[in-house]
Amino acid sequence: MTDWQWFLVDFFQALAAGLLVGGTYGLMCVGLGIIFGVMRVVNFAHGDFMMLGMYAAYYLVTGLGVLAFLGPYAAPIAGAALAGPVVFVVGWLLHRYLIAHVTGARVVTAEAEGHYAQIILTLGIALVLANGGLIVFGSQPVSVQTPLSRESWEVLQVLLNQGRTVSFLIAVAFAVALYLFLTRTSLGKALRAAADNPIAAAYVGIDVDRAHRFAFGLGVGITAVAGGLIASSQSFQPYIGFDFVIVMYAGVVLGGMGSILGAFWGGLTIGLVQQMSTLVLPYQLQNTAIFVVFLLIIFLRPQGMFGRVWERT
Amino acid sequence: MDTLRAPLRRHYAAIAAFAVAYLALGLLVRNSYYQLIMTLVLLWAAMGLSWNMLSGYSGMISFGHAAFFGLGGYTMTIAFVKWGLTPWLGIPLGMVVGVLAGIVIGLPTFRLRGHYFALSMLAYPLAMLYVFEWLGYQEVTLPMMRQAPALYAQFADQRAYTALALALTVLCMVISLHVERSRFGMSLLAIKQNEAAAAAAGVDALAWKMLAMALSAAMAAAAGGLYAVVLLVVTPQSMFGVLTSAQALIFALFGGVGVYWGPVIGAAVLVPLAETLHAELGNIVPGIQGVVYGLAIIAIILLAPEGIYWRIRDRLGAGPAARAAAVAPAPAALPPVAAPAAGSEPPSGKPLLELEGVVRTFGGLRAVDGVSLVVREGEIHGIIGPNGAGKTTLFNVVNGFLPADAGSVRFAGAEIGGLKPHRVCRRGIGRTFQVVRAFPRMSVLENVIVGAYAGAASEREAQELALAALERVGLSGGRALATAAGLTTDELRRMELARALAARPRLLLLDETLAGLAHDELEGVLDIIRQVNRDGVTVVIIEHTMHAMVKLAHHFSVLDHGKLIASGPPAEVVRNPAVIEAYLGRKWVERAQHPVA
Repeated sequence: MTDWQWFLVDFFQALAAGLLVGGTYGLMCVGLGIIFGVMRVVNFAHGDFMMLGMYAAYYLVTGLGVLAFLGPYAAPIAGAALAGPVVFVVGWLLHRYLIAHVTGARVVTAEAEGHYAQIILTLGIALVLANGGLIVFGSQPVSVQTPLSRESWEVLQVLLNQGRTVSFLIAVAFAVALYLFLTRTSLGKALRAAADNPIAAAYVGIDVDRAHRFAFGLGVGITAVAGGLIASSQSFQPYIGFDFVIVMYAGVVLGGMGSILGAFWGGLTIGLVQQMSTLVLPYQLQNTAIFVVFLLIIFLRPQGMFGRVWERT
Repeated sequence: MDTLRAPLRRHYAAIAAFAVAYLALGLLVRNSYYQLIMTLVLLWAAMGLSWNMLSGYSGMISFGHAAFFGLGGYTMTIAFVKWGLTPWLGIPLGMVVGVLAGIVIGLPTFRLRGHYFALSMLAYPLAMLYVFEWLGYQEVTLPMMRQAPALYAQFADQRAYTALALALTVLCMVISLHVERSRFGMSLLAIKQNEAAAAAAGVDALAWKMLAMALSAAMAAAAGGLYAVVLLVVTPQSMFGVLTSAQALIFALFGGVGVYWGPVIGAAVLVPLAETLHAELGNIVPGIQGVVYGLAIIAIILLAPEGIYWRIRDRLGAGPAARAAAVAPAPAALPPVAAPAAGSEPPSGKPLLELEGVVRTFGGLRAVDGVSLVVREGEIHGIIGPNGAGKTTLFNVVNGFLPADAGSVRFAGAEIGGLKPHRVCRRGIGRTFQVVRAFPRMSVLENVIVGAYAGAASEREAQELALAALERVGLSGGRALATAAGLTTDELRRMELARALAARPRLLLLDETLAGLAHDELEGVLDIIRQVNRDGVTVVIIEHTMHAMVKLAHHFSVLDHGKLIASGPPAEVVRNPAVIEAYLGRKWVERAQHPVA
């Protein structure tokens, strides 16, 4: 083959890898998007909830082997799916006892100061989770073992890692299910109403605090599922959350802050950027590429992305 | 400000006492590990002071101070290893690099606010972290210079490092102290509390923030450079890592935001705690430091969000009230009042403000649609119109909050369209807001002083102007020292008026200044506006209260759906059939039947 053909193969390989990774990133961003959309809270600890999801999957599948009976193919998938409810409970409790103190209807409409309390509180939670993770899980990188991650399907000379392909499909399935939940069920509609206008929602009888608690648990749970899916294709340690915070915010901001569906497309795009960057940049700089894209997005697409300065004078 | 706070020398005495005590303690400590902790406390205090300089005073929360810390540390280290440059020069070089980075980062990033600012600040050090790893600087060790250790800041006696770090911290404290007590610090505080109001009061927000960023970056870079000198090794994680940025913020928040003692207290409490736990339990529980910092910040946000310093201060009763009692207000010097004949005849001065074909759209909505009008020097010009007529938008265009899409705005013969709000203010246009925009945590006097800076050459003059303005609106004496958050609507309206007046404007834009006032309060404010006008200030006022407007204004302009539909003497305008039909119509008839109480 000529250089040109090799380049094309590389290109499509990166494109495929980007789409596959992007699917899980998309699901991850949807989780963050729910929290931001419904609560207007910048959850700094979101990456660490994802880390919890990864370890939940790891312990269920490999560490403790609770799910071993499902066999090597189904166990990692079940582990990722079960990471959701586990982290949902953690998130629900943290919201109930900590985060609710600095969020809620009163803060959504408040000026900047309420937001600072949230960012700083969630930063504290992030530090405790990441470093607590170090204490509990150890610093040795681990990953969820699945035979799929070593197998590939070949489509027109492009290799599709089986593990990532399966993760992609599951991530899309979760995203679709979530979309249906938010648009078709009354609970989902209540969540969206609380997102749109918390005060109006309260007037029509929606318990905004309960909606927030549920949204927070749901948001971190969804991201934990995405984390569980990623856990089978890359090794991780308790500090991984901080790297992913920017990835997730890049996706959410790109998709339009507050748009839950948009967050999925944003995350997908970020996955593409990350993988495509390897065509031109050294491998170690793929996260730097994401940060640069993130900064470009917030500088160049200001609509809806700046706090309103001169809101009403 | 000096007459309003404890004298500067008392602060210097406190800092000196702290420095002497710390140095004495440092000289006594023989154990090299405890000595290291004593040094680290100071380095992190300096880092916290750096964070406080930007985020504490201006309220722009930075999650990325590790960027400057790391650049300072790596610049010094690389210069040392590659070119044999001594840290005595390497640290200043690192500070230069840090300041340049601060400017490059600040220019685009200050356009963002709130979450976006915080998150993008987080991205900078993380991006740098990967770049430095990729460049192969995973772990760079400073070579030992045995032949001339002092020349390379390498001391066998650990106490030398404590002394160096103490010098840095004290320097940062003194700089912070001076910032707090100057126009610089007041402007940052005003920006923090209400940026729009600060801009309208003539504060050049971007310039002050950039200055704060540059100072802050220099401090962080110096701390990073000295940190590398003390520890003899740099890694991307230790210099650019999230924990480094987080620590800067945590020490400042824990100790107290917006005060130079805060970061020092925070570091002095938390660093020894975390380090001791790490030394005792580090083998069993490796991340204990991070857990301690995380828990500390969670506790502080939930229990004392302003930090320990302020909590203690409130306990000791040294809050704003005590400060107010301790200070007798300086005598107000009323400016000579020119008293022109206060005739009811409309003054016919030269055109002061001329709008020509001004258009401002929001998406498809033409909020201001080709408005041309002239405000003459010396008149009170009322702008009326139903809700959504574009009145406030028109003000926002005039004072520079919003650029016009078309048309020109001329003030005193010069085009002012496109100028930033603070520049418009300095040209001589003051304004108030429909919803009062106070700096809630400042005293009334401080609120007004921020406005006075636009027209004052010195701190003293600003204070005199502010006191005079407060006198004019009837808020002098004890009320001047009350905190703005505790004022009534009437007092807030007066204070905002005083803030605008303190800059000695030629033109005053009043946006529904009478809204929400009781009848007698309304009369009081009307008297002030009339008096201000008699003193030679031209007034444009937006108002719904027809009743008051007819008595007050010399000239009416009526807006409807963004268009000017009538302009002229009040008596004429209220009889204009187009006005009655388009705006007054039934409402006016109703009001005529049921006069406003």
